[in-house]
This record gives sequence, structure tokens and C-alpha cells, in this order.
Amino acid sequence: MNDIAALSPYSSSIGKSKVESHTLSVLVDNEPGVLARVVGLFSGRGYNIESLTVAETAHAEHLSRITIVTTGTPEVVEQISHQLERIVPIHKVTDLSVSGKHMERELAMIKVCGRGENRNEALRLAEAFKAKVIDATIESFIFELTGQPRKIDDFVELMRPIGLVEVSRTGVAAITRGPQPM
Amino acid sequence: MAKQMTGAQMVVEALKDQGVDTVFGYPGGAVLPIYDAIFQQDAVKHVLVRHEQGAAHAAEGFARSTGKVGVLLVTSGPGATNAITGLTDALLDSIPLVCLTGQVPTHLIGSDAFQECDTVGITRHCTKHNYLVRSIEDLPRILHEAFYVARSGRPGPVVIDLPKDVQFASGTYQGPVNIQHKTYQPKLKGDMDRIREALAMMQKAKRPVLYTGGGIINSGPVASTLLRELVELTGFPITSTLMGLGAYPASGKNWLGMLGMHGTYEANHTMHDCDLMVCIGARFDDRITGRLDAFSPGSKKIHIDIDPSSINKNVKVDLPIVGDCAHVLEDMVRIWRAESMKADKEALASWWKQINHWRERKSLAFRTSKTTIKPQYAIQRLYELTKNRNCYITTEVGQHQMWAAQHYHFEEPNRWMTSGGLGTMGYGLPAAIGTQMAHPDALVVDIAGEASILMNMQEMSTAVQYRLPVKIFILNNEYMGMVRQWQELLHGGRYAESYSNSLPDFVKLAEAYGGHGIRCSDPADLDRAIMEMIDTPKPVIFDCLVEKEENCFPMIPSGKAHNEMLLAELGDDAGIEIGSVIDEKGKMLV
Ligand SMILES: Cc1ncc(C[n+]2csc(CCOP(=O)(O)OP(=O)(O)O)c2C)c(N)n1
Ligand SMILES: [Mg+2]
Repeated sequence: MNDIAALSPYSSSIGKSKVESHTLSVLVDNEPGVLARVVGLFSGRGYNIESLTVAETAHAEHLSRITIVTTGTPEVVEQISHQLERIVPIHKVTDLSVSGKHMERELAMIKVCGRGENRNEALRLAEAFKAKVIDATIESFIFELTGQPRKIDDFVELMRPIGLVEVSRTGVAAITRGPQPM
Repeated sequence: MAKQMTGAQMVVEALKDQGVDTVFGYPGGAVLPIYDAIFQQDAVKHVLVRHEQGAAHAAEGFARSTGKVGVLLVTSGPGATNAITGLTDALLDSIPLVCLTGQVPTHLIGSDAFQECDTVGITRHCTKHNYLVRSIEDLPRILHEAFYVARSGRPGPVVIDLPKDVQFASGTYQGPVNIQHKTYQPKLKGDMDRIREALAMMQKAKRPVLYTGGGIINSGPVASTLLRELVELTGFPITSTLMGLGAYPASGKNWLGMLGMHGTYEANHTMHDCDLMVCIGARFDDRITGRLDAFSPGSKKIHIDIDPSSINKNVKVDLPIVGDCAHVLEDMVRIWRAESMKADKEALASWWKQINHWRERKSLAFRTSKTTIKPQYAIQRLYELTKNRNCYITTEVGQHQMWAAQHYHFEEPNRWMTSGGLGTMGYGLPAAIGTQMAHPDALVVDIAGEASILMNMQEMSTAVQYRLPVKIFILNNEYMGMVRQWQELLHGGRYAESYSNSLPDFVKLAEAYGGHGIRCSDPADLDRAIMEMIDTPKPVIFDCLVEKEENCFPMIPSGKAHNEMLLAELGDDAGIEIGSVIDEKGKMLV
């Protein structure tokens, strides 16, 4: 919430509880403009997007799945879900963070540059994190790492003093646990 | 039935199949095939407006006064961008519209072609849904789907962007069979357990109030009938938002008048002090709630709405019921009757005593004058002289709009067309034109301000062309009165740019357009002049010269609570410094 809103006598008790991170799974018709509708909703109404991933998941039915990590109070996140449900080509919105247990994974590629002891240290840490070397030169590595976003954060922090050059991350993909679909 | 035809013909065919008999529009290169198809038939009548914004508001007036979907047809580029204000207006007030826009041929899209604009991109934020039709195969489905989306659930505007090559292409037309949308299926019936819980709360309530809104009007006349039954059965007091006026008759004994920023003393105090608020088809908008942390602090709140996102958006409620107003009201009334439910009569009696005490404050009273026409008096006289006729009222935006809401009393739904959510100056005249098209024999009056009317004045030409005898009743105070009032309250009376300078001579203007002009400045002559307006069988501009610096009261100043209203005496006579009534926080608000 911005400062003006916090000041406003119109601002309600809604939104005064604790800000949390939620992962929303959104099933949409894979049609042109659908992503713009979703992103436009977030920017237009001032909601946060921490990460967003999208890909077609059922080719025959033309369905895509968008996974959005957002932050807000529980009331705001509930409002986000309802606002998303108003978008006509959206089939279903599930707040995975409240609907029960779910798995979250993210993939990152991390480029590290260095020689000598730094190079060995990088490889040792990569092994500990089960990161794969997918490219190597005399002075650089690219590691591929999959895991919880937190684990990737940790790995990136460790690489920083060793010679971190750049990071590319996919954003979070998520799915509910157990036999049931979302 | 499947038939071969061009895309342009499909558009007209689909309009017919959807029961559309009137389209408001303006031609241009990118819609010529559709105009050609319209030219060759008689079932769908086209009304040529003078600006595409006018087409959108006319379609809104048509929709609001009939309950049907309003349709407009505009060309690509500037045609589409000119319609944006009207689309946004319809989105905020939940008015069902289908807007057909022309587009450059598909192979030119993205090339900055002549009169190309990204219509679906631009209108994504001001429509309920929109479509770019990429192939003739998709066209019949999209046409029918658009009508379904526009009118279902919480209604709203839908844009169909039609590239010119698709209009020329031939294909197979399909009628509106199986238009069940694969994802969009709003829930109509309310949850029965919750409805029962609501009824239990209503039976126990000691200080209840029904707070109703435009959702009842959108739900159709049945919803208004059921609402009246519910009031009759329970004996509860009832108030309404600007958008909901007419759902419950203003002459009904339980009517408190409108609530909110310019609502009555009794309506706002009842809201503030109630112990049970039953909100039906309204959305706790900031004009209604005032200061949120002081909004009806001691009440339990029930919220009935078809749009789940309206629930807990601004105000946290205790019992949400998602469903269509008419469906939920029907269940409520049926169960209340079948189980001979009873409200707490004794508690209600003392609640009414309190309410009547507030009523005695006569918050809409104003000081009359023998020399100048008070704007409130002008509305009162207009009301008295038109109330027994088949009359529809539209408005522009400003003080005159609020005075109309306060002093014109509505007995039925769909009689009152005003721009509530967006507050669009220039809405009233085109809306009156759309309303008159739908109700040729009715008396349609646009209650206007001298500033607002100039925003879509050009539509006078449309009214003359189609012999639509709309009446433009201008409360001419030579100010953007509402702006002037806020400058008086907030900015030390420095009236920056709010004086209506260089006004045209409205009587001559009416005549220039081929209408009739009337001017009146004498209260003693007002009735005669209004009768002249009513009896003139063509478009009339009535230039009613009113008190220039009258303020609109009651008023809840920005950032204040329902029980902190400013009343007329306070503002006019007591000589208190109004500038001090709104605090620093309040000034930041609109
Ligand atoms: C398109 C548009 N521009 C600006 C405004 C801001 N505004 C609200 S009321 C008003 C003044 C209206 O003046 P007038 O039509 O004379 O009505 P009055 O308040 O004097 O009755 C203005 C400028 C608006 N509502 N709509
Ligand atoms: Mg004015």
C-alpha cells in the first residue's frame, strides 16, 4: 500500500493485517491477450507481482497455467483472487498458500567467473546444492539449479563473493500435493 | 440455421437475432461494409450521433431505461478512442453495452496503418471483456458471446474489434444457440444456509436498515417488486445509492431518501447507528461510506451481490451472499412468508421514533426566494409538473445532478439515468437521446448544468434529426457549481477557472439547431415556462437562470463520518468558517 492510501481516512480496516506471500495458480484459456489482462489487473489495481510464470499445459484444450507469487494482506490476496475470477477467459483461480499443501519449484541459471581457489570453492558449493554445471570455460561456469526460491537465493548469495556475474530465473511453478488436481 | 454471408452481414444478422432494433453510431472507413449491410435492411435502425462519446452514452441511456443491451458502432482509430469515456462510464455503472469497432485489415495490424489503434489494448481496462476477431470462422460465436457476457452476471461493456477484411470475408453464420460460455457462468442463486442466517439476523435486529443500489435495477423490475415486498414484510427502513433510486418508491413510507455524500440526514444517521445493515446490490463506494474507519461502527453487515469481488473490497462484512438480487430476494421473501417470520416490532417502533426525530431535521429544506429561482425550487417545480406523466430523467454531473437526486422523486426503476461511478459531464443529453429512442412517447428530461451541457452539445443536432423531443433543463448558475462549492470549502474561496465564462445564448443556440429555446429567471413565471417546455413537441433547451452561489447540502465533507454532516443552515447562515470543516487529510481526497 502506498503512503497516500495509508494516510487516507477512507482506507479501511481491510488491509491492516500482516502482509504475506501467496502463490496463486490460475488456469486460463490460451488466447491472445490473456496474459496482458492478468498483468494489467495487477498494475491497474496496484497489486504486487513477485514472480510470474506462464506456459501452455494442455494443448488440446488450449489451456495455460499462470503461477503468480504476490504479496499482500490475506484480505488483499482474497480480493486479487476475486478480481482475477472476473476476467472472462480465466477458468479457475486457486490460492495454493491457503488451499493446503503444495510444491513450489524454480529453475535458475547462474553464471560465475573466477580462477584458482574461487573456482574450486564454486564447484564445492554447487555440489552441496546439487547444482549442475551446464557450461564451462577456463574462467567461468554456468550452474543450473532447481529448487525452492529460497534455496536459489541462498546459492546466489554464496556465489556473490566468489565471482557472480549474472542470474536468470524462471519464477515459481507450483502444484498441489496429493492425487487431486487444483 | 447456418447461412452463407459476409462478416458485415453476420453483424447485422446477429443484432437481429439478439433482439436489437436500435444502434447508435458514426461511420468511417473501417466500418463501411457494416454500414452497407445496415443500409440494405430495415429491422435494425441506425441513429447517427455527432460524436462517438454520444453514441456510447446514448446506448447507455437506451440500456438503462429498458434493461436491454445497448449497442454502438464506431470506426477504427479516432472512432474507437472517442468512445472510451462512454465505455468506462458503462463499466463503472455496470451498464450492458456491446460496442462494435472497425479495425484496419488483419494484415495491416501493427503497422501503424491509417486510423489504426490498438483498440483491444486500449479498451482492456475499460471493458468487461473485449475481442479482436481474427477470422470469419470465429465471428458468429464472438458476436453472440459478447451479448451474453455484456448482460450476464454484473453487466458491463464489451468491445468487438472487427478488421475490415473480416467484414468482407464470407463464412457460415450461426444463430445464438448454445451460447453458454465455457468459463463465464455467474452464480445467480444465493446459498440457502446463508439466506436463512440472514433472515435470522433480520428477525433479531433492533435497529436494521436496508441499503440498496444499482444492482437491484440491473437485476430487473422483478427485483424492485420483491424489494418492496421485503420492506412491507419486515417494516425496515430503506435507503439507496444514487444508482438505485426508483427501486423502492420515494413515496413509500419506509423511504429515508438517498444516502451518502449528499444524502439525507435521516439516511446517513440511520446507517451510522444501525445494528444490522442489509446491503443489496450496492458496493460500499467512497461516496457512500465517507470515512471508512467510522462507517457504521456498531453494525453487523449482510452483503448481497452478484460480483464476489465487491464483497469485502472496502468494508468487511459479516455475512456475504453471492447471487443475483432478484433470486436472493425471492428466496428471502418466500421463506419469510412461509415461516411467518416476524421482525422485532417493539424495537422497530423505537428505532422508527429515532428515525422520525432525524427526519424532523428536514435536511433537504432550503430558503426560498421571491426574486431568484433557487435550483432546488426549480427541480421541485419540474417534479410537480411532470410527476403524473410518463417521464424519464437523465442528468449531467454537478450540483444540479445532486439536487435532481434529492428533489425529484422516483417511483419506479429504470426512470433515472445518471453517471454515478465515473461522474461524466456530458452524459445527460446523449443518454436522453438513447432513452427517447427507446420510449418515443415518453417525456424525457435532461437535468443539466450550463457547463456540462456544452460537453456534448453537438448531440442537439441528433435530437433534431430524429425528431426526438428531449428537454434540456439547464440549471444555469454560471459556475461549475460543484467545483465552486469545493473551492469554497477547501481552497479559501479562490474560484480558479470555475466561472462559466463566455456562455452561448442558449435560447439562440436551441434555435440555431432547429429546436426551441426558453429562458426563465422569475420564480413567478417558472411554472408557465416549464409547461411551455413540456407542451413543445420538439427538442427544447430551457435556460433556467438560478441562484449563482447556492451550495448543495447536506454534505458529508471529505474524510468525515456519516454523523458529521454539514447541513444547509450550518453552511449558509451560522457564519461558521467552512474552510475549517475539512481537515488536511480530507483535502487530499476527491
Ligand atoms: C468530463 C468531466 N470533467 C470534469 C469534471 C469535474 N467536474 C465535476 S462537476 C463539475 C462542474 C459542473 O458544472 P455544471 O455543469 O455547470 O453543473 P453545476 O455543478 O453548476 O450544477 C466539474 C468540472 C467531470 N465530472 N467530468
Ligand atoms: Mg453550473
